Amino acid sequence: MNVTRGFTGRPRVLDTGLPPGQYDAGDDWPVLSAEVTPELSPADWTFRVDGLVDQPRTWDWDEAHALPASAYEGDIHCVTSWSKFGVRFAGVSLDAFLNVVRPHGSATHAVAYSHTGYTTNLPLADLTGGRAWIAWEYDGKPLPAEHGGPARLLVPHLYFWKSAKWVAGLTLLDHDEPGFWEQNGYHARGNPWEEQRYSGD
Amino acid sequence: MTETFAPVTRFAVPGRIEVSNRAAAEWQTATLTEVRRETPHASTFRFAVPAWQGHLPGQHLMLRLTAEDGYTAQRHYSIASPPEDSGHIELTLDHVEGGEVSGWFHKVARAGDAVEVRGPLSGFFAWPGDRPALLIGAGSGVVPLMSMVRHHRARGLSVPLRLLVSARSPDELIYARELGAETTRVFTRSAPQGVPVGRMAAAHVAPLLAAPPEGGWEAYVCGSNAFAEHASRLLVEAGQPVDRIRIERFG
Repeated sequence: MNVTRGFTGRPRVLDTGLPPGQYDAGDDWPVLSAEVTPELSPADWTFRVDGLVDQPRTWDWDEAHALPASAYEGDIHCVTSWSKFGVRFAGVSLDAFLNVVRPHGSATHAVAYSHTGYTTNLPLADLTGGRAWIAWEYDGKPLPAEHGGPARLLVPHLYFWKSAKWVAGLTLLDHDEPGFWEQNGYHARGNPWEEQRYSGD
Repeated sequence: MTETFAPVTRFAVPGRIEVSNRAAAEWQTATLTEVRRETPHASTFRFAVPAWQGHLPGQHLMLRLTAEDGYTAQRHYSIASPPEDSGHIELTLDHVEGGEVSGWFHKVARAGDAVEVRGPLSGFFAWPGDRPALLIGAGSGVVPLMSMVRHHRARGLSVPLRLLVSARSPDELIYARELGAETTRVFTRSAPQGVPVGRMAAAHVAPLLAAPPEGGWEAYVCGSNAFAEHASRLLVEAGQPVDRIRIERFG
């Protein structure tokens, strides 16, 4: 342990619910994207699931909203080391979309991509079983554009760069294929509890 | 077989920059050698990092402080120094009110103190000096851009480079003494006699895009999210292609 002279840090609370190396951002919700925020209206938004599936399918805004509603209330964690407690998102569970397209048994991974061309890779197991959503509401209001509105992927148990803003689709694959930040040195999976920040962690 | 996967990317992709993953995975000791005040709220912290592999201008690092009970705090910071400053790195940090890491730096740190760093990280915002660069920053958003300006000077590069920088007042303009003919200064609260006060506007950006260098600009925007949104919109409205704009935001 390399103790920093004179550093005490914030007052500690036992069992903060924070993954290692994270701090509580409180009311702040920093915006982290490397792109110009796109002007994407709900009427222009679509979501497609293809690749290793029986029935590739594209949903528009109304079709996606016709699926059973599903909400997430819990925490989110950004690799830049802030976490945010008790956030509320509403949308549709990704399971509802996958049930329609019927993934092949050989599908092990997915690449999520956005309407801007941003990509991020995920094991399929991290997207199923009620652990991932397409979210279009934050705190009871439409998701702001700078946070990925009209709709973003939400995978709250992984670092937040996996929750692709302005999500446009998923392609199911039988292998892992690094996305945008993963090609830039970030970890392939990004589990905050195992502190999987960078490739090699 | 899986079908070919090729989304159309409409923003700047790195491609041409190799990132060392090995360097990013290892913590190294950085020894503070010098503290220089830049403005009433910002100082530059110079470190000796003997095994530093080097970086590209625009890259950042992760810094970690450890308390006696094992508690750690880590933050991302842009690197201010150019790669030519071998074995050393410099960070310029704002004193954030109540900030546990910036508070330690501004109130406690002195030469000889050791911290830990890992990096460099992320090639997305990096500029290797190969394309004309239009740099736009506000406040401490000028830090990674200064690494680019310093690199440009240290190497005597002839590729065009321009810096647009916004600060609240001349007192709060970081690196004021170092900025030269490549820089356009914008002051939002108070300015020297005869210099207009106001937000960065189309009038600052349009002339640079009306006469772009051959091949066009690679634009790098760094600052608060509000500034990044504003500046990137100005760029798009002035005709800069979306896929030639790289943005680094901080909260």
